[in-house]
Amino acid sequence: MNRRFSWFNATALTLGFAFLYLPMVILVIFSFNESKLVTVWAGFSTKWYGELFRNQAFLDAAWVTLKVAVMSSTLATILGTMAAYAMVRGGRFPGRTLFSGMIYAPLVMPEVITGLSLLLLFISIGLDRGVMTITLAHTTFTMCYVSVVVSSRLVTFDRSLEEAALDLGCTPFQAFRLVTLPIIAPAVISGWLLAFTLSLDDLVIASFTAGPSSTTLPMKIFSSVRLGVSPEINALSTILIGLVTAAVITASLISKRSIAMREADQQAAARA
Amino acid sequence: MAQPANRPVFAPWNDPDEKPLIRFGNVTKRFGDFIAIDNLTLDIYRREFFALLGPSGCGKTTLMRMLAGFESPSEGTILLDGQDIVPVPPNRRPVNMMFQSYALFPHLNVWDNIAFGLRRDGLPKEQIAERVEKMLKLTRLEKFARRKPHQISGGQRQRVALARSLAKAPKLLLLDEPLGALDKKLRQETQFELMDIQERTGTTFVIVTHDQEEAMTVASRVAVMDHGRIVQVDTPDRIYESPNSVYVADFIGEVNIIRGRATPQAGGRVSIAWAEGQPEILAEAADPPSPGAEVHFAIRPEKVLISKGRPTDRANVIQGRVHDIAYLGNISTYKVEVAGGLMVKAQMTNARRIANRDITWDDTVWLSFTDTAGIVLPG
Amino acid sequence: MNWRRVLLIATPYLWLFFFFLVPFAIVFKIALSDYALSIPPYTPQLDLSQGWQGLVEFFGALDFENFAFLAQDPLYYTAYLSSLKIATISTAITLLVGYPIAYGMARAPEEWRPTLMMLVILPFWTSFLIRVYSWIGILSTEGFLNQTLMWLGLIDEPLAIMNTNKAVYIGIVYTYLPFMILPIYSALEKLDTSLIEAAEDLGCSRLSAFWLVTFPLSRPGVIAGCFLVFIPAIGEFVIPSILGGNETLMIGKTLYEEFFANRDWPVASAVAVVLLAILIVPIILFQRNEQKQREADQ
Repeated sequence: MNRRFSWFNATALTLGFAFLYLPMVILVIFSFNESKLVTVWAGFSTKWYGELFRNQAFLDAAWVTLKVAVMSSTLATILGTMAAYAMVRGGRFPGRTLFSGMIYAPLVMPEVITGLSLLLLFISIGLDRGVMTITLAHTTFTMCYVSVVVSSRLVTFDRSLEEAALDLGCTPFQAFRLVTLPIIAPAVISGWLLAFTLSLDDLVIASFTAGPSSTTLPMKIFSSVRLGVSPEINALSTILIGLVTAAVITASLISKRSIAMREADQQAAARA
Repeated sequence: MAQPANRPVFAPWNDPDEKPLIRFGNVTKRFGDFIAIDNLTLDIYRREFFALLGPSGCGKTTLMRMLAGFESPSEGTILLDGQDIVPVPPNRRPVNMMFQSYALFPHLNVWDNIAFGLRRDGLPKEQIAERVEKMLKLTRLEKFARRKPHQISGGQRQRVALARSLAKAPKLLLLDEPLGALDKKLRQETQFELMDIQERTGTTFVIVTHDQEEAMTVASRVAVMDHGRIVQVDTPDRIYESPNSVYVADFIGEVNIIRGRATPQAGGRVSIAWAEGQPEILAEAADPPSPGAEVHFAIRPEKVLISKGRPTDRANVIQGRVHDIAYLGNISTYKVEVAGGLMVKAQMTNARRIANRDITWDDTVWLSFTDTAGIVLPG
Repeated sequence: MNWRRVLLIATPYLWLFFFFLVPFAIVFKIALSDYALSIPPYTPQLDLSQGWQGLVEFFGALDFENFAFLAQDPLYYTAYLSSLKIATISTAITLLVGYPIAYGMARAPEEWRPTLMMLVILPFWTSFLIRVYSWIGILSTEGFLNQTLMWLGLIDEPLAIMNTNKAVYIGIVYTYLPFMILPIYSALEKLDTSLIEAAEDLGCSRLSAFWLVTFPLSRPGVIAGCFLVFIPAIGEFVIPSILGGNETLMIGKTLYEEFFANRDWPVASAVAVVLLAILIVPIILFQRNEQKQREADQ
């Protein structure tokens, strides 16, 4: 079919994807290794998963991480969607340039700087560090990602739909709730997912803003990784990789199915 | 079409000694199960302006891309100047193409776009400059040489694409829907410009188009294509006046098709019974059909006369009722319902102002035409 | 201006102002303060109960001492330079690895492309930390790479990659590769294939058509990809701490250690301010490139 898809392209793709996936495949395989030595295969075993679930410190850290991620991503989605709406639909308002700068800057800010500055803020206003401060910090940097995702959808959104709603008697807020929101919902949902993942994943900002009693999972992983490889971490990684893969594949299947269904509907409509 | 008497008519296809520039020999092209070109044989001569005309998917673009070298035939040969060009890659062919999208390089200015192909040949700098200037002059683009493609208008872009493909003085220039992106008025102007440039450079042009008017205007010969086959190759006037099939008659211009059964008459004429209780249509047939054969009688609307009174001097007269009138300014088309609910279109030049014309909706009128006005096509 | 619109704009605005801008002001202020053995470990502290006098004393005590210290101590500027060097080299390698992949994706049959896209994005959703961690088992002395190479007989002694800058390069290339692939892919995918056909029609070979048409037209994607790798790589902390060794000096790591190990907040803040100053140039260039792209698309 495509005459330009040559052996060169095939090789590039094969090698490229091997590079992207091989390390993770090896990691997963060795999570089932009997031996404590991570690089020598000594037979199949699931004992490290058992160890992992008996390790209270890991379970506590996972719970803290999950709490922070759910709270911060939800807050970030609300704030990020508002910010996107303000940027795309807000018209002119004083300090608009500063606002857009504040939305984009955290995306490129090194985490060490964001973490340090937020910690210094929390100290200077005397806030006790813990789950709350991590949540505030995560909300701040992830809301910018949400806002970028949502505003890229809002920009391509056909404004006449909103105008039609207003014309038919909606207040601006009703128009947003009844017309805009359902249409941009996929972007809002992917914004939430992105915020959730970023929060789950964050090590540096959490290290700065966490208190002694609130260790997150990445912090826990980091401190044990510094001591070297451990099969328990492999097991934990496998679980996380499995969850993410399942979620991404499900999401893409759902969107594929909805596209296929829409096409089928359109064909049916065209025949009728 | 009307040539002065002292100038020889350009018709190399009628000259048995003339060697074709392009010869497609039994070319077939398949994409999987789909047959894009079906055992096609065709000659194109030097200095021709040859049009490939047909609806989308008829294979005209595939045929052109085989000439450019972007597709190779599944079977058959393509000869250019007697040499098989099938194994020659596109960059080694003395053939250039003007793309439908123009494919102007957006990162290069007009000058560099035109010079692009010349530079690939490694010509000396002065020679390239000279050639580019010549092309700029030919296409009246001197003022825009330093502009980027997005800084000029659609019509100018079209001329840059033409200049770029002509710069290498190809033996054959391919034009893929070259005027498709222009609006109607500009398109008409550009058609004449294309013809002029073709004549001045003496290059052989092959144009692909789905616009029959465009093909008729520019081409020396037109090939009408359908489903990977050539239905008819002929000069524009013959394609219009003597189509060889209902398909061609219907594709080119407007036509009334009346179905009936033929009875041969004396003097190479046939009479066609087309409706119960109506006089049979009398027509000349170059190739008389067998008695009782089903035929299609095709007649162009402008060859049908419409009048309130019954004309007496015409071989065929049919009564009907005006169903609809389309006023187009210079002409009007009358849709007249005749026996059996058949609609026949008649066209009249609006020589008089509208107020002075006496035919209107629901009038009973007479349609008339001579026995040579239409043609008889096999059923 | 109705109150809903004010609320809509003011809520995210004030949030970012308070949690993003104000913290920077604090960092900047502390960078001008002095280290002290107290809680918090710096001086002066702003004491508003002292009124005007307190304010004057406060500003009087601020100085650029920490910045002078950074300039004098070779540790810091070597760390800055080394960060720049590591980021530059890894960006170049990422480009060399990522471009062919993006090109292969853009040339792949159309029905494959969504799947290929998903395969590139999937690692991005997987934990960064885990992806970095996965290389320890591969690169260490008795890791898979050395085992395989020795088994193949290509080397006699294990290569020392782990805990060196080489491991850091590999880590950065690996984790940031999707950021390089995606913008290049989207530039290449937009490319009209008739442009390449036109180039070939005008006498280009495949290779020269690539250099004269495809590559120049994918340049905005290349530039965007390079910035997306270079900018975060400079401030990278996780990769040098996990894969790098003692020789690996990166400013993100230095800042972290200054803060947590030495507890010298003013110096850590000064390091942050300088890091930001270094990043501003590439960030502005990146924004310009994006802006230009947006305008070109319209």
